[in-house]
Amino acid sequence: MAQEMSLSSPAVGVRIPLAERMAAETGREASLNRRPRFAERAIGLFLFACGALSILTTVGFTIVLGSEALRFFATMEWLNANKQTTAAVTAADSRLTVGTGGSTIQVGDMLRLGIGDSAEQVRVVEVAEAETLVVERGVDGTQAIDHTVNTPMFVGVQVTLDKFLTDTKWAPQIGRFGIMELVIPTLVITIIAMVVSIPLGLGAAVYIAEYATPRVRGILKPILEILAGIPTVVYGYFALTFITPLLQAIFGLNVKVYNMASAGIVVGILIIPTISSIGEDALRAVPRALREASYGLGATKLETVYKVLLPAALSGIVAAVILGFSRAVGETMIVLIASGAGPNLTVNPFDSAETMAGHIARISTGDLSFGSIDYNSVFAVGLTLFIMTLLLNFASTLVTRRFREVYQ
Amino acid sequence: MSEQAAPRILAEQVSEQTFLERLNARNRRGKIGQIFFFSANVIALLALIVLLGHVTNQSIGLVILRNTVDPASLSDRPLEELSAEELAAILVEQMGGRARVLIRDELSQVPVNQFTTAPMSVALNGRSYPSEYADATINDVPPEGWAAILVANFGAADLRDMLIDNVVKPTVDASWPLIQSLTQRSEIETIAREKYPDDILEFHSWINLDFITSSVSSSATTAGLRTALLGSFWIISITAVTALIVGVSAAIYLEEYSSGSRIEQLIEINIRNLAAIPSVIYGMLGLAVFVRTLGAFTSGAVLGVTDSNGRTVMSAGLTLALLILPLLIVNAQEAIRAVPSSIREASYGLGATKWQTVARQVLPAALPGILTGVILSLSRAVGETAPLLVVGASTFIGIDPNGPFSKFTVVPIQIFQWTADPKPEFKNVAAAAIIALLIVMILMNGTAIILRNRLSRRT
Repeated sequence: MAQEMSLSSPAVGVRIPLAERMAAETGREASLNRRPRFAERAIGLFLFACGALSILTTVGFTIVLGSEALRFFATMEWLNANKQTTAAVTAADSRLTVGTGGSTIQVGDMLRLGIGDSAEQVRVVEVAEAETLVVERGVDGTQAIDHTVNTPMFVGVQVTLDKFLTDTKWAPQIGRFGIMELVIPTLVITIIAMVVSIPLGLGAAVYIAEYATPRVRGILKPILEILAGIPTVVYGYFALTFITPLLQAIFGLNVKVYNMASAGIVVGILIIPTISSIGEDALRAVPRALREASYGLGATKLETVYKVLLPAALSGIVAAVILGFSRAVGETMIVLIASGAGPNLTVNPFDSAETMAGHIARISTGDLSFGSIDYNSVFAVGLTLFIMTLLLNFASTLVTRRFREVYQ
Repeated sequence: MSEQAAPRILAEQVSEQTFLERLNARNRRGKIGQIFFFSANVIALLALIVLLGHVTNQSIGLVILRNTVDPASLSDRPLEELSAEELAAILVEQMGGRARVLIRDELSQVPVNQFTTAPMSVALNGRSYPSEYADATINDVPPEGWAAILVANFGAADLRDMLIDNVVKPTVDASWPLIQSLTQRSEIETIAREKYPDDILEFHSWINLDFITSSVSSSATTAGLRTALLGSFWIISITAVTALIVGVSAAIYLEEYSSGSRIEQLIEINIRNLAAIPSVIYGMLGLAVFVRTLGAFTSGAVLGVTDSNGRTVMSAGLTLALLILPLLIVNAQEAIRAVPSSIREASYGLGATKWQTVARQVLPAALPGILTGVILSLSRAVGETAPLLVVGASTFIGIDPNGPFSKFTVVPIQIFQWTADPKPEFKNVAAAAIIALLIVMILMNGTAIILRNRLSRRT
């Protein structure tokens, strides 16, 4: 009412719509309807698009890794047979004469003659003599064409999931696709890293959360943050040029120059901050009352920590450990530098071996040509790694949700 | 029956002495526990100190140098005092016909097999060369012309490096880390006298001004970080612009516009998940999307650039932007959330629209926090190696990147390559590069802290 009075009304007590009064005062048509603000809408949409980009990234991961890996499993990989035709072949011929060297050809094998789009695929029907093959020409939608002498040949290999998971050798160039040769060393290095980082990370977390005075905490936390901020390539250098010689000095010469132990130890140092900072948050979330109750019953600080606080903060601590595990699995540069440059199925920590992430980085260094065996197989490794870390993250979220003790 | 009726004994009856013994034991265990928890921190601190100390130790020390050609025999004045023209003349005189190979490797714009047949206007298209040689092939250009071409393209410092690389060819026969150099100096001098009588033993700091300003080289003493530093600079610029716009916008949306619907919750969860994906996988995404699918765009082909293949500064910058986005969004969200809602309500009360409120009130108030988050994420991007290896950093380039469509290498990748080099002295070069990288990161983080303190005091 007071507000209306202040706008000079023509007659006291007569209510005239605000819009009309504004129109009378300003001499312009006025509306109190919400004006359409296109710029506002556009900005809102742009902001939403930026937010949704994160979804797009995830979709991108799924599509890229999924489709490339699908191609790896669904289509044939062509391995160089290291053989050539030893005589020219016309489109109608069903006999091929080939050199004796290179791969052994068996009945039922798929062969590709020539390179590029004009390549022809044939199926071997009979191996007449060592150098003569009876083949079915132009299979799989390719055209039977003439081939000159010395046409290069490729042998087709179908990668099955079964082979992928059970074969013990990873050597795409010769048709061996056993991912276990990369998974086992990944696990060995990760376990070494966890052995280092769980006691140190949790110990640091307990000290900072429970024992340290605010001043000491103010010193310790930045140190752990610096440790977390050092680039992994620097850790790799440290592993190769400091930890490895140290291990060799302690354990003697059965420690290889490139070995899983030094990589694992340094990955462990790298993830101490991950575990300590999440663990500390979990410990701090435990209500004061629980601590005080424990002290009130006469427990010492240590007894309070491991009988009250650690069980109460268990979900957060398990989540911290799982996240640390997931970081260790995906760690690339340290293992690439310190642990070796070739797949090796071993559990001996002093041997060299290659992890999934390290393998991806090594194979992709330089020019990786699209569609090659290396390119396709690397994406299959990437998908495996992606699924592993995704499952671990999922497990960590689940643990936090499921087993969280809610205090109120 | 009577047993059940008896009161439960809650604590066993013990003598006071036993009680005290047990109490002391418990306290002792408590002390041991405290020492263990404290030592976890000490070990972490020790790891940090040893790491930094080891790198420093490797970056300074005694080296034994051998020159293929004594630099004193090249000129009667020290090389540092010679002008570009004099250096080019010595270079051509000493190298003879191989000077053409040098020109090809450093400057050629055409494939190796076409260089000798292409006229200079094609072969050195975009480079400087004396105009009278425009139609001549390299074989038609006289030796003084080679020198003129070199002078037209390079300054005295670069030419001196080329002279040292190609003519003086210093090789490091042995090197020692700092501590050994100081404590075992006399032994090292003995070794130097006995095994390398003609060589020079000198105290060499691997990190120095020349190291920062010269480009890559196959010789450890002249190898430099300039190309990699410029590469890092270009890539981080692209990452910064992209990630800043997209990340801050996303954070504004999630904090100010979101109504908490399902899709928005999904975005939040998704961002947290993205943060935990290994960086090497981001590299694969970058390879498949930016290098391959969007190759026409990232190679600059749509803008008429013809000499690249998608493995460019642009692809690398965008890949790193994707990588740091989750971190940046979460940081920016926290900064925006910290702005008191009274500011927003006052703004709405004055009739401001949503965007006016966000742009004129919320963002300025949240700016210190946002900037700090941005710089911290960028400092993470500076140290990233794995995704850039996958996207396709060049392994050995001597040409500085000069735009978004250049080939690139970055400091961490250079460190990786020097670490992996079989020649032991390159480990020292890697240590020097690590120190340079850490200094850059300290500067960035320091800026973030100062910025946060200064801006938050003002608001």
